[in-house]
This record gives sequence, structure tokens and C-alpha cells, in this order.
Amino acid sequence: MFYREAGDFKTNYADDSQTFPIAFDRKAYYAAMFVAFCVIPLVINSYWEKSVLVPFLVWSIAALGLNILTGYCGQVSLGTGGFMAVGAFAAYKLMTAFPELNIFFVVFLSGGITALVGIAFGLPSLRIKGFYLAVATLAAQFFLVWLFNKVPWFYNYSASGQITAPERTVFGVIVTGPNAPSWATYLFCLTILFLLAWGARNLTRGRIGRSWMAIRDMDIAAEIIGVDPLKAKLSAFGVSSFYIGVAGALFFASYLGAAEVTEAFGINQSFLVLFMIIIGGLGSIFGSFAGAAFMVLMPVALKNLLVGGLGWPTDIAAHLELTIVGALIIFFLIVEPHGLAQLWRLTKEKLRLWPFPY
Amino acid sequence: MYRALTVSLALALGCVSAARADIVLADLSYRTGPYANNGIPSSDGFNDYITLLNERDGGIEGEKIRVVPCEFGYNTQKGVECYDKMKAAGALSIQPLSTGVTYGIIPKSMADGIPVLTTGYGRTSAADGEVFSTIFNPPANYWQAADAQIRFIKEQEGSLRGKKIALVYHNSPYGKEPIPTLEALARREGFELQFYPIDHPGAEQAADWDKLKAAAPDWVLLWGWGVMNPTALREARRVKFPIDHIIGVWWSANETDVKSIGRRANGYKAVNFHAVGTEFRIYNDMNEYVYFAGKARGEADNLGTVLYNRGILTAILVTEAARTAMKIHGTTKLTPQMMRDGFENLNITEERMAEIGMEGFVPPFSLSCANHGGSGRVTVNEWDARLRGWRQIADYYEPDMSIIGPMIKADADKFAKENGIKRRKCR
Repeated sequence: MFYREAGDFKTNYADDSQTFPIAFDRKAYYAAMFVAFCVIPLVINSYWEKSVLVPFLVWSIAALGLNILTGYCGQVSLGTGGFMAVGAFAAYKLMTAFPELNIFFVVFLSGGITALVGIAFGLPSLRIKGFYLAVATLAAQFFLVWLFNKVPWFYNYSASGQITAPERTVFGVIVTGPNAPSWATYLFCLTILFLLAWGARNLTRGRIGRSWMAIRDMDIAAEIIGVDPLKAKLSAFGVSSFYIGVAGALFFASYLGAAEVTEAFGINQSFLVLFMIIIGGLGSIFGSFAGAAFMVLMPVALKNLLVGGLGWPTDIAAHLELTIVGALIIFFLIVEPHGLAQLWRLTKEKLRLWPFPY
Repeated sequence: MYRALTVSLALALGCVSAARADIVLADLSYRTGPYANNGIPSSDGFNDYITLLNERDGGIEGEKIRVVPCEFGYNTQKGVECYDKMKAAGALSIQPLSTGVTYGIIPKSMADGIPVLTTGYGRTSAADGEVFSTIFNPPANYWQAADAQIRFIKEQEGSLRGKKIALVYHNSPYGKEPIPTLEALARREGFELQFYPIDHPGAEQAADWDKLKAAAPDWVLLWGWGVMNPTALREARRVKFPIDHIIGVWWSANETDVKSIGRRANGYKAVNFHAVGTEFRIYNDMNEYVYFAGKARGEADNLGTVLYNRGILTAILVTEAARTAMKIHGTTKLTPQMMRDGFENLNITEERMAEIGMEGFVPPFSLSCANHGGSGRVTVNEWDARLRGWRQIADYYEPDMSIIGPMIKADADKFAKENGIKRRKCR
């Protein structure tokens, strides 16, 4: 009824190729952006910031990054945790070596450094595929974590091997460190996520995104029609690592404030991000967000329900939480192997026909 | 419908009780995950002592104590989340029971003014109260543990010159803590140090112990946690390293770790800063008010073990700090800031411990504005496999502050400089 292309006239090519061709979607998008940028900062408190919103934003960036590599370009990677560590340690070294450098540049430079590392580890993808590539990226994961543990220069020779984010400001407002107000860290992460998501959306529907998808669908066919696999694969590794590096930098600087490499960036994080994009939907920007939301918010919601709402002992709740999240993952994969994004797509199809389906 | 009503009623009641000025204490615990074996007894001891106070005395000075639990599975990220949750719940102090989490929340705690108590773990240099205004790590810290281990070895050997000592450690902030002290001691005493970092969780150590066997150290210092401890002892048996030449830190001294090795663990040693066992008067009251009343937090199968008693110690220090704070401020409605003052003026005397019913549990100590670390006295225990229990084999050592003191100050200064904190002036 209200979910229709009808009546929404597109009079030029730009209108035709817009991201949200349906007026309802477009309005919902603007409304969501308004709420995210203008309403939430007014009402956010420390609990919502640290337990729900900032982790969601940061993991969304990581999921976007991995989705570019795995979902769009078809290269399976288990090195996400290691690449996030590169971003975090690059941010730490930049913050301590150049205290005047604005944190925005620190975050994006960390992403750049991670992109270079990612390209280096992406080189094997030109020769090996599938499971073998997954194992090669697994090596990256373990090597990078080992490196940041082994070489004290990376953590400025601190006794414990921990890195702690110093205080940095944007326009005079503190955005990192323990004194940062909740709305500031939230807005800082949101702005970066917005820019990156906008970039990802437009990259993936342009020439370069199409070359990634061609490689994903069949690399030999892609090569025959003139897609250079070297450029396509390495650019996917570079862009993806850039996103993951930015996520790592924010994870360390805005979210945790302090980090220790084996724990904060272990293999678990690689799997977490991989689960996010599998559940959310491979090759979908919306799927990255949905997957991140599912994996971040579901445990928090369950914990609040079981411990806060029903007053169960925390250990039983923690075990149940693992079971329920695991069961839900299996359920979703059986019922909808293409992820939450596919569910959303189907919903939209149904909505267009409603109330007169045929 | 009825259920929903009950839940919302319970929630509403929860809000009401939150508004009432109870004494709210945080219990960051890990009853799940790879370190649950260690987290459960500690948390049980803490909760049972608080239950005893509530049941027997009606709390502290008439104020009931409410413990807010937060499960984090020894995961630093979740532990830091717990800190924010506890802050929102109005907790008076935080005891994270994890060195990694402690490092994560030190800056937050100092910004919020919520005191953090780390009994025998956390950041060693937090003993410097002039820099770490809200962090307390009594009664002894990691560097004093390392010092006591070396001192004990020296007593056995006469001289350490030319000896080889290996450190087998959990490759995490916790395991890395003793390294600076050991290096300083190695320079002074002339022994050679070897390092064997074991990655989390530490169930796989065969290669390290083969290497260790080839390097043939005279003594091994074990700084493990969780499954790493029994694995290390088992590997030591496999490569035929004499188990009585292994000295653990107090986190490698849990009965469950050692018992699984059976008879062959006889003679294993570990340093500790408090006594073990159930031979304290307080256990009579515990029996009456907690265990037989069916109010124990756990299964009551770990009473008197190292970690259970350490949980009790943590609870004693927190509640004594609350008492002290009430005395100083002349009110029973405490805030975290008052609680901080309570910790800073904490005085644990032998008489007070006897009143509590824990004679000879810990050597007496007091805290002050400058000293947040306590006395630092550490003893050595030996495992008796026949009695399946620990036996104290040395007096409490006075720590060698001529080495540790300047190192604490230097590390605290480094932290202050990195974070732009000014040293307080303590009178």
C-alpha cells in the first residue's frame, strides 16, 4: 500500500540509480539517520554507550570490512582479529608518537597501515583459494598476535604488554580515554561508521565492486572478460583491511580504552566477525549491520532478561546465553542460509505486493 | 500475565531497593569459561562472608549489604563492561579478580572516583597511592611475590651466583608482571633467568618443557592460571624435573590444580600472603548462619581452600573499609568517595582479625595516603600429598623494598606522565 515505487517519479539517471529507490525506504533511512545523529546523543548514558551502541558501531565497521572481502570478493578470511590488532597498535603508536595529531587522522592512518599489511597478506590469494586461503589468513592472525606480544616496541615497553589509549579531543571535546562523555564517543564512532558505510555502498555498486563480484562468482570467467584478478583481489584485501583497521583502532581507542593483544584480538574475534556476516548476509551492506546487531545485542538482551528480569544466577544465565545464541545461529542458518539480509529482501518483496499478493 | 506482573513487580522492587542506601558491593565473577575453576571458589568465599554479615549482624552498622553479581568469564572486554554496569548500580568498590580487567579499569576508576581493590593481583605500581588515588592492592603484590620466591631459593642454595632460574608464565599482563623485578634481582644476585611464556589457556606445554629440560634450570618459578597450572606440573613430571624445585605464585597454588597430580605433586611449593584451611573460628558461624541455613552461594565443597579463603579475605577488606569509612564520615550512607577514604585508612590489626574470628589469617598491615599496598609480607607453603593440604614452611618474609620501592615509584611516574596525572602530596 505505502511500500510502492508507484507515484515516485524518477526524472533523471541519478534518481534511477539511487540506493533507496522506494520512497518509504528513503524516508525511513533519513529518519534513522536523524534519530542516530540528533536524538540518541541527547539521551545516551554510559551503560548504553559502553554495552550496546559503541560496540555495535565498531563491530559494524569490522563486519562491513570482512563483507567486502568475503561477501563481495569471495575470499574467505580468518585474519580479522589480527588485522584489528594492526589497526589498534597503529593507532596506539601514532597517538603516543604524535600527540598533536587529530584523532580522526590517527584512525584513518591506522586504517591505511592495516590496508598495507592486508595487501601483503592478500598476496597468497592470487595462487590459493577457498579453504587453503582461509588457512593462510589464519596464519596472519596468529603471526600478528604473536608479533604484537613479542616485540615490546609496539606496546612502548610497558611491563604488562597492555596498551592504554591517551586522551584525545575533536573540536575541543574529549573522545577517547576515561573522561570522554558518552555522546562524544558515540558520535565519533557513528560519524566514522556513516562515512565508511556510505563509501562501502558506493564502492560495491561501482566498477570496482562489480569486478570483485565477478571474481567471486567465477574467477576464470572474470579474467576472460577482462577483470584483472591481481587488481581485484588485492584491492579487496586493501579496502577490507582498511575498514577492519579502522574498526580495530576504534575498538581500542573508543570502546575498550585499554587492550592486550592475545585477549582483545584473538581468533575468537575473527570468528565473531565471520559469524556476523554469515548470519547477517554475505554480500550485503544491510547484512553487515544486521549481523553485528544480532551478535552484539542478543547476548546483552539475554543477560538483561535472565539476570536482571528473572533474577537467575549469573553463571546459569551465562551458560544459557551461549546455548541460546548458538541455537539461534543454527536456526537462522537452517531457515535462511542467506542470512538476515535475505529475510529483509523477502519482506520487502512481500510488502510491495501487500495487501494483494498473487 | 501473572508472570509478567511478578517480573515487573520484582523490577519495581529492585528499583526501590536501589534507591534505598544499602551498601552495594560488586561481585565480578567468572563461574564460566576456561578459568571457572578458579573463579568459583573466590566468588563463593566472597559471597558467603557477606551473607554471614547480613544474617548474623544485619549488615554493617545496621546497613544491609547487597551484592550485585556480574559474570564476565575472565574476558577483559566483558569485565570492563561489568565495571560500567556496577557503576550504574551504585557499587561502592570493585574487585575485578583479573589483572587484565584491572588494567582496563584503572583509568576509569580514577576518573570516576570508584575504588578498586585488587588483593594480590593487578598493577603492582598501584601500591603508590600518590599516583593511583583510587586503586588499592594490599596485602602483597606480584613483585613482592617474586622477591619472596627468590629469597626462598637463596635460603636453600646459600648463594644464587651462577644458578639458573626459569620463569614459566601465563603470557598475559598477569604473567609478565614479575619480569622487571626478577631481572633486577638477577642482576644483583648474579643468577641467570630463562623465560617460558605459555599462551592462553595453557593446555599445550610439551615443547616448552622439553626446551626447559634441555636448558636445565636449577629452579622453576610457576606463574600460571587455570588449566595451565596442572598441565605445567604434569609436564614437569614427564620431563623428570624435580617437583620440589618448582615454586608457584599464589595464583598457582589452588588445591584443585595440585590434587589432580596426585601423590607425585608432593613437595611442590607456592608463596602465599594468607593462611589456608578451615581452622578459624569464623567457620563455626559460617556453619550456623550460612552453610546449614542453606544460604551458601556455591556447593560448599571448597571451604578453606586457597581461593575460597582469598575470597573471604577480599570480603573482609571491603567490609572493614566500609566500617572505617563510616567511622571517618560519621554516616552509614556511604558513597564511593567515602569508601575510598575508608580503604586509605584501613588498619588490619591482629586484634581486629581475632574479633572477626580469623586469628593469624594475614599478617597485620595498614594503608595510608602514600601506601596503597600494605605490608607485603609473604610466606612459603609446601604441598603435602599425603595430607592433601598445604603446610607453611617459612616465616612471613619482609619484602625487600630497596629494590621494589624505587621500581614502583618509577612505574607509577611513567603512568602519571602517560596519562597526565599529577602526583598528590601525602602528608
